Amino acid sequence: MASSSNLLNALFIFVLAGFIGFEVIRRVSPLLHTPLMSLTNALDAIAVVGAIVLVGEHKSQLSVVLGFIAVVAATSNIVGGFLITDRMLRMFKSSRPTTKS
Amino acid sequence: MTAEMAGSQVFIEIVYLIASVLFILSLKWMSSPTTARHGIWAGEVGMLLAICGTLLHHGIVDYRLIAIALVLGTIIGVPLGRVAMTAVPQRTALSHAFGALCVTLVGSAEFYLRSPDISRFMMSVLSVEVILGGLTFTGSLMAAGKLQEILPQRPLTYRGQNLVNFLLLAVAIGIAVFLVLHPGSRNLFPFMILIALAFGVLLIIPIGGADMPTVISLLNSYAGLSAAAMGFVLDSKLLIIAGALDGSSGMILSIIMSKAMNRSFTNVLFGAFGQVQASAAKTEERVVRSATAEEAAAILTAASKVIVVPGYGMAVAQAQHKVRELYDALTKRGVDVRFAIHPVAGRMPGHMNVLLAEADIPYDRLVEMDEINGDFPQTDVALVIGANDVTNPAARTDSSSPIYGMPILDVDRAHTVMVIKRSMNPGFAGIDNPLYYLDNTLMLFGDAKAFVGSIVRELAGGHG
Repeated sequence: MASSSNLLNALFIFVLAGFIGFEVIRRVSPLLHTPLMSLTNALDAIAVVGAIVLVGEHKSQLSVVLGFIAVVAATSNIVGGFLITDRMLRMFKSSRPTTKS
Repeated sequence: MTAEMAGSQVFIEIVYLIASVLFILSLKWMSSPTTARHGIWAGEVGMLLAICGTLLHHGIVDYRLIAIALVLGTIIGVPLGRVAMTAVPQRTALSHAFGALCVTLVGSAEFYLRSPDISRFMMSVLSVEVILGGLTFTGSLMAAGKLQEILPQRPLTYRGQNLVNFLLLAVAIGIAVFLVLHPGSRNLFPFMILIALAFGVLLIIPIGGADMPTVISLLNSYAGLSAAAMGFVLDSKLLIIAGALDGSSGMILSIIMSKAMNRSFTNVLFGAFGQVQASAAKTEERVVRSATAEEAAAILTAASKVIVVPGYGMAVAQAQHKVRELYDALTKRGVDVRFAIHPVAGRMPGHMNVLLAEADIPYDRLVEMDEINGDFPQTDVALVIGANDVTNPAARTDSSSPIYGMPILDVDRAHTVMVIKRSMNPGFAGIDNPLYYLDNTLMLFGDAKAFVGSIVRELAGGHG
């Protein structure tokens, strides 16, 4: 179990990562807000690591069942999220010089 | 043995560090369409590294089930990555639900593994994790159902709705506080989750379709924050970072959306949206001028600058490909055609951009509201396709209007406004739009796709 210094470290990381997130995402073009959302969704599914450990450690019947469903849900987000983000971004094309008159 | 274990633990942490850096780079590259695809790369590599690193975790004894779950998830994920672009809003809501489900389940499992030996701080973040996760799960499912039109899109409101919601949330928090003080009360835990699940449903019931961009952003933020809370519980820096990034992303989008609908930030945070009930507009008989496709085509041909204003109606009618044909036909005749994108047009942030990009309209023709609004007075024709409230001049002039103060696209300042609309029925919010009765407005009655199609035919006929 995490000690209080661990928790403080975690808070530091959370606050700093939040700031980085704000600064980085503020610069994202509104053009790409939909792919941004599907991408962050895929990245957020990194929660799968917690679920993988739950399933793998096999500590109790309940934790394996819940962990198993969690891995399935998160993995589908990872796969689906990256796939659709890629599909969307491939569609964004600039106009060819000829169409600009 | 212990030194070796510590060694592998350090190795895993370093892999996680690299993954965190890649995640941040991934979002950084999303700043422009030219670098965005690098962003996906970085994200994918980071994800792969993190998962492989996790598999090295020394406590893992059973790989078989993990493999089955990963395969199953992939089988479900691939079709979800291949949905039609028009279905992207509901797909996004569904993936918020999946993310929140994962977080809630892991949180619950951790509680039962550790109870009663849980520190107060740990129990607090664990409660935040499962309450936020639970309400995001059902809330996102509700949102997805409304967007898919399995559930009625009309907002459902009743007297004392907010009170009921806040009371429910208060009870959930009350249970959480009790659990913080008595983490051994294992029987109480399911009630906390059930209430959070119920709260999520009730939170979305009063939400109408027009509010969906804000709601989806907010649920995105909640999903991220619950994942960050899970990071605290598992003492995983990677998870805290990813959750914080996702949480701030959703928060920023919520703020942008709420500004675009003229709602305060607190209004968004506490999810008290959908309150704008239509003050049933008494429509006295006013004169509306309408035009045929032929007339519309003639006016468009004579124009030199055209701005198209797409809205949710364009998405519903799947008219984006016809709009592209119109864009081609007019561009060929030397007409300057641009698209004005209101931040809340459609059902999620950036919805219109994706649909128009799908129809191969170059992204440099898609212009944001603030940039294009000054150009309307010099524009010959503003063509409104399936947008309503975001063009309503009452937002500027009529302080009694429910949408007063909302930033709008100033289409009424164009020389001619043409509005493609099915009928004179007021839009989703039930607010009358004075735009339709202006002297420079022509109504084009019909289905967006069919009408744009007949304009395109007229243009082609006139040319050859």
